[in-house]
Amino acid sequence: MIEVNGLTKRYGGAIAVDDLTFTVRPGEVTGFLGPNGAGKTTTLRMLLGLVEPTAGTATVRGRPFRDHPRGLRHVGALLDAGDVHGGRTARAHLAVLARSNGIPRARVDEILDEVGLAAAARRRVAGFSLGMRQRLGIATALLGDPPVLLFDEPLNGLDPEGVLWVRGLFRRLAAEGRTVFVSSHLMTEMENTADQLVVIGRGALIAAESLSAFAARSTRLSVTVRTPDAATLAPLLTAEGASVTADGDRLAVTGLPAERIGELALRHRVLLHELTTLGASLEEAFMELTADSVQYLAGDPR
Amino acid sequence: MTTATAAPVAHDVPRARFTDLIAAEWLKTWSLRSTPWLYALSALAVVAFNAGTAYDHYKYWYQYDKGSQEFFVTHRLALVDAFTDNSALVLVLALAAIGAVSVTGEYGTGLVRTTFTAVPARRSVMAAKVLVLAAVTTVFGVFVAAVSFASTRAILSGRGASVPLGDPGVLQVLAASALLAPVAALAGLALGTVVRHTGASVVACVVVLLLLPMVLSDRRHLTAVLRHALPFSAWDRLTGGALPQPPPELFPWSEAGAWTVYALWALVAAAVAVCAVHRRDQ
Repeated sequence: MIEVNGLTKRYGGAIAVDDLTFTVRPGEVTGFLGPNGAGKTTTLRMLLGLVEPTAGTATVRGRPFRDHPRGLRHVGALLDAGDVHGGRTARAHLAVLARSNGIPRARVDEILDEVGLAAAARRRVAGFSLGMRQRLGIATALLGDPPVLLFDEPLNGLDPEGVLWVRGLFRRLAAEGRTVFVSSHLMTEMENTADQLVVIGRGALIAAESLSAFAARSTRLSVTVRTPDAATLAPLLTAEGASVTADGDRLAVTGLPAERIGELALRHRVLLHELTTLGASLEEAFMELTADSVQYLAGDPR
Repeated sequence: MTTATAAPVAHDVPRARFTDLIAAEWLKTWSLRSTPWLYALSALAVVAFNAGTAYDHYKYWYQYDKGSQEFFVTHRLALVDAFTDNSALVLVLALAAIGAVSVTGEYGTGLVRTTFTAVPARRSVMAAKVLVLAAVTTVFGVFVAAVSFASTRAILSGRGASVPLGDPGVLQVLAASALLAPVAALAGLALGTVVRHTGASVVACVVVLLLLPMVLSDRRHLTAVLRHALPFSAWDRLTGGALPQPPPELFPWSEAGAWTVYALWALVAAAVAVCAVHRRDQ
């Protein structure tokens, strides 16, 4: 359980994090979303006590993280895959951290194996690809078998197999009852992973709710329907207030959720071949909600 | 995997032990390939400057007139060759840089955030770093001082100009030179911790440890006092004072004072390194 209360960080006149309040619960994967520069990393650093808040509090399981003399058994964190010394081998890097926290040496090889770096354990980190560094960072986070895990943009640089593995890992960690808090600036990374979302823009909270509740915020909810009987279904949907664009047997429906479309089809005995809520709807909800708070807009005349 | 088990309790967390941090810093030191190389090259340079000077005296011994030869022996100038000014300069520069890099290496790579996340007790991390650095560099200092003394003595004994270990002043030269290593390394560590940038902190080390003692004149009281407060000057005072006829000083200061300068630099540097990380954002 992570509790953030009125968290604020000011750098001179610039405000990086603005009065954030949210809770991250155990047993779920919570996505932490925001455009570049929204204050995600600063928030995570304040959670870990690396950065002192200007105001407000951040606690992990009821205590400020810095109250723990050793951290790895309480919170595992991957802040930046680059936060390693390139001159050390993967095994030496983890061995140093394990030793500092009194974690048995055997755990190092176990965790290297788990993240798929067993073969590279004796190689110097300088020669690692970004994906391999992410795996090493994840190994660092998992080293102390902690009940709370924080990941800052963990999918950067991972290959598709790695992305699938990480998603499965997050789900498994959450299913084990852990608190999993994952930041990203891409909605698409979150929609297959997160149960809950905390969305911020320009340091301020935009939304803290479930993924489905967030998706429903989009005014342009879009559903793809494929049916051999498009001619029958389309008017039914229009009658319900949806706007429908037909393309052969494929209908693009906006303004009506998939559940309602399915009900209508069943009631009128229309056969459906496909009923898909477009991923873009989440992305759109995200874009719409953060549109006012994007800090670095391409082509922004300022 | 549908039923979420109760949140894992922070399972029987063992007591945080400072010795674990010392062991971790030890591992950290020696898991970098550059560490043994830096120490080996520094040792080689220091010993080479001393042995080279002694060899020069050995080789050109008969070009000195009788009086000069006698002066060399009676004034025990073998003690000067045992640890020369050049070697001390190299030692201070190399060890201060090693000390600075031991912490700026963490800042430069970002490792420091990983370190302080793993061990939120930042001051304990730095205290362990101070102890490991002090121990390693003291051993290093003793080693280079001993090898320098042994090699220069062997070389100069060929001209009957060597000084045995038991002679008065020899141990003082060796101790002052050996301990210059940890003092310089800790000063470097402190500057590195405050500056947090490798290049800038090495420049700061050169300015504070090497340039200042050269530009501060010992002919005016104020600058002489400032100069006497620097470790390189203290080394100079202690090694010079070991000679039968120490070089004259306009503003004399005691050997105890010079030892105190060593101790204060080491202690203040350690305190700065430990305390500087506590409140600053990382």
